[in-house]
Amino acid sequence: MTDGAVPRFWREIPQRYNLIGNQCGSCNKVYFPPRESCPYCRRKSMGKMKNLKLKGQGEVLTYTIIYNAPEHFEGQTPYAMAIIKLDEGPKVTAQIVDCDLDKIKIGMRVQSTFRKIQEDGYIGAIYYGYKFKSVEVK
Amino acid sequence: MKDVGIVSYGAHIPRLRIKSLDIAHAWGKDPETITGGLGVFEKSVPSPDQDVATISVEAARAALLRTNIDPQDIGAVYVGSESHPYAVKPTGTIVGEAIGATPLLKVADYEFACKAGTAAIQTCMALVKAEMVRYGIAIGADTSQAAPGDALEYAASAGGAAFIIGRENVIANINETCSFTTDTPDFWRREGRKYPAHGGRFTGTPAYFRHIMSNAQNLMEMANTKPEDYNFAVFHQPNGKFPVRVAKMLGFTPEQVKQGLLCPIIGNTYSGSSMLGLASVLDIAKPGNRIFVASYGSGAGSDAFDITVTDVMNKLPRGKAPLVSELIENKQYIDYSTYTKYRDLLYED
Repeated sequence: MTDGAVPRFWREIPQRYNLIGNQCGSCNKVYFPPRESCPYCRRKSMGKMKNLKLKGQGEVLTYTIIYNAPEHFEGQTPYAMAIIKLDEGPKVTAQIVDCDLDKIKIGMRVQSTFRKIQEDGYIGAIYYGYKFKSVEVK
Repeated sequence: MKDVGIVSYGAHIPRLRIKSLDIAHAWGKDPETITGGLGVFEKSVPSPDQDVATISVEAARAALLRTNIDPQDIGAVYVGSESHPYAVKPTGTIVGEAIGATPLLKVADYEFACKAGTAAIQTCMALVKAEMVRYGIAIGADTSQAAPGDALEYAASAGGAAFIIGRENVIANINETCSFTTDTPDFWRREGRKYPAHGGRFTGTPAYFRHIMSNAQNLMEMANTKPEDYNFAVFHQPNGKFPVRVAKMLGFTPEQVKQGLLCPIIGNTYSGSSMLGLASVLDIAKPGNRIFVASYGSGAGSDAFDITVTDVMNKLPRGKAPLVSELIENKQYIDYSTYTKYRDLLYED
């Protein structure tokens, strides 16, 4: 992230820290990140989208191990990135932590944990958010 | 003071560990001299994505998991640490947001070497007693720094604990607390510097032992208690030896100290040290048990607490959040070169 990213990050704090999504009051579909309106119910959902705090539990749909990381993540290689299907329905992309890489499996139950995601070098802001760990790890 | 106490508690210890043996090998030292002298066998290490904010959030969330408290009823968050991620920008704001306690919230970060967390407990006690807040969360957490090759490197570790202080559904009454503070420069870190400096053996007699001894004796006088009245005794643990020695000097037995003594297997978690020790005791404590706690912060000062576990403890679902013993058992070892990368030791101070 570069300078100017702070306001954008700040706006997304509810989602990044606490997985606040929302739910369509018409069809009950859950969205994360939250949407202004439901793409299925469209006009019927207007004014009926309600915030919903997701429990942060779900399962690994698929994953990959990163050996060549983007800038700022080089120090963490190798690490796992996964697509996780949350129990409420939405899918999120996130890092899997606190788990031996050979123990990660498709279908593995995971729960969210609070971690540092990125920082703007030594003088910039620090960005926190969700990563996931196996539910077997308390 | 019987109407104020601990309502819930939570702990967090990073999963990574390094053995004292590996550090000793890297610096050409005899491992047995090190482990024998310090009484530290391995220590916790934060991963690159863990810092005092993430440890504090995990500990505070663990404390909340054991209760039905609405986070909006929490009126204060005080985080004690000497490794806050920002020099200016409070860790407590990040914790408050992450546990859903903002915006009607009193927040400040504390620093008093290894006793900033217990100072936060005292502040929360006073706020609750004055009815300025319904609940306050006091956190002590650190990802403590040690210069490469310094003796501190064998012990400086990471971890933290959070205590919800209130007057409703109290699991452990805090009967008395007192502090003993002087200007004693035994250990410090200058503004803007990466690593602390210390006075070597000067950290012992005039610092750790004088402050804890004096404060412990004052507390037992206030509470009209003797060492044998306590089931458990927890002391600040900069290494594995000091807490055992100070306990013996005060008249406590090794059995009273055992449950709260974590330094030999996780290192010195600085502001988390005595608080994690207390959390470990609360993991097994029964109603009626009496707990003695004395923290120590270089600079220097000590906070002491006389605590009695109440019947409400039986209703606390301790298993809803990780016990300290579970956090200790869940570990992954790293070698010294990985440690230098993760702890950012490859860059100049």
